[in-house]
Amino acid sequence: MEKKNLKELKVSAIKEGTVIDHIPARSLFKVISILELQKMETQITIGYNFESKKLGQKGIIKISDKFLSQKDLNKIALFAPEAKINIIRNYKVIEKNVVQVPDSIEGIVKCMNPKCITNNEDVKTKFTVIEKKNVTLKCKYCEKITDQEHFEMK
Amino acid sequence: MKNKSLVSIHDYSKTDYLRIMDLAEEFERNPRNYGNLLTGKVVATLFFEPSTRTRLSFESAVQRLGGRIIGFADSSSSSVSKGETLKDTIKTVSQYSDLIVMRHPIEGSARWASEVSDVPIVNAGDGANQHPTQCLLDLYTMKQTQGKLDNLIITMVGDLKYGRTVHSLIQAMSYFSPSFHFVSPEELKMPNEYKMFLKEKKIPFKEHHDLSEVLKISDIIYVTRVQRERFSDPIEYEKVKNAFVLKNSMLEDTKPGLKILHPLPRVNEINEDVDTNKKAYYFRQALNGVYTRMAIISSILGLK
Repeated sequence: MEKKNLKELKVSAIKEGTVIDHIPARSLFKVISILELQKMETQITIGYNFESKKLGQKGIIKISDKFLSQKDLNKIALFAPEAKINIIRNYKVIEKNVVQVPDSIEGIVKCMNPKCITNNEDVKTKFTVIEKKNVTLKCKYCEKITDQEHFEMK
Repeated sequence: MKNKSLVSIHDYSKTDYLRIMDLAEEFERNPRNYGNLLTGKVVATLFFEPSTRTRLSFESAVQRLGGRIIGFADSSSSSVSKGETLKDTIKTVSQYSDLIVMRHPIEGSARWASEVSDVPIVNAGDGANQHPTQCLLDLYTMKQTQGKLDNLIITMVGDLKYGRTVHSLIQAMSYFSPSFHFVSPEELKMPNEYKMFLKEKKIPFKEHHDLSEVLKISDIIYVTRVQRERFSDPIEYEKVKNAFVLKNSMLEDTKPGLKILHPLPRVNEINEDVDTNKKAYYFRQALNGVYTRMAIISSILGLK
């Protein structure tokens, strides 16, 4: 019990809102950018380089008074496939979710083909997800494959 | 056809392929009946990079159906040279025309154009990506020469790595239980993703380094050009450039119904002494391109 309290102290608890845990530390700032947290006006607590048995180092984001939709949260699945989403009401976790890789993705990542129209004109990327475990994307424009190792933010 | 544009060979189903081939056959048999089919229609041919053969084939198709043509043959004579985006060019020209045929060096440009255009787009080649009308004319030619598309033995020769026509053809032919033989230099082998595709579809294929091994068993020999610029090492190009040249003497004892196809332009991969052999079919294949494009355009415009 004491140990748990210590852990909780690292980032202050929120009364109402969404907690995104188990974000690989290297992906934390990408996740912040994908969710456009910089545009939110509610209180947000961000933890970086926390120890994690599973991930080595992890990040955590606590967003007060906001309940993000599963659709929005799924956008981070490309960079944080093991992220856990906790919905908090009155300091208690009332719902736990995992993120799911969506069937298609718009924006977020670049097509790795330098000759693709999306890298040559102002065109938003669109991909079909053809493999969800080792996430693999097929560009709807140039039809080339972009794999997990080559994900770069658009 | 869900979307009226033809951007990729994947936009069409097997039923669409068969319908286009039937229509092409009708245009070939009764050309006089359709001289006014496109009367009052304007087709734009926008060639952001030059491809004289493809452009003339499309323009011949439109003219034979009585349509009119506007457009440009390379981007230096268009507003692209003033820095206009593709989106703006397409959006504008789609106000002037009933259908746009476009060729562009950037991959995916045709799909993008189909999203911003107010009229259907026919992709006449977007970089190394797709060239669906070439694929459909190849299917038509195979059907015409063999009387069927099912169970053909097809040998592909040359640049199988970068040649988009061979990749599209493999995918389109997958509906018709073919068997494939691939003959290419080591550096230009058929990429793994297409071999995986064939394995998944349980379509037999074999790779070879010697053309003579497979000539006698083939129904179709599809030859493509080995381009010097594909080789990082010019010595490698010199080593292989003459390794896959088809000569007339090699065609002895081949099947009587064998036909030799080539998307053209040819450089030296088919010796000129083959041209007079009845098995040479590449110039006739170019004519079929006109009928196939007539079929595609009139079908997209809902006139046939």
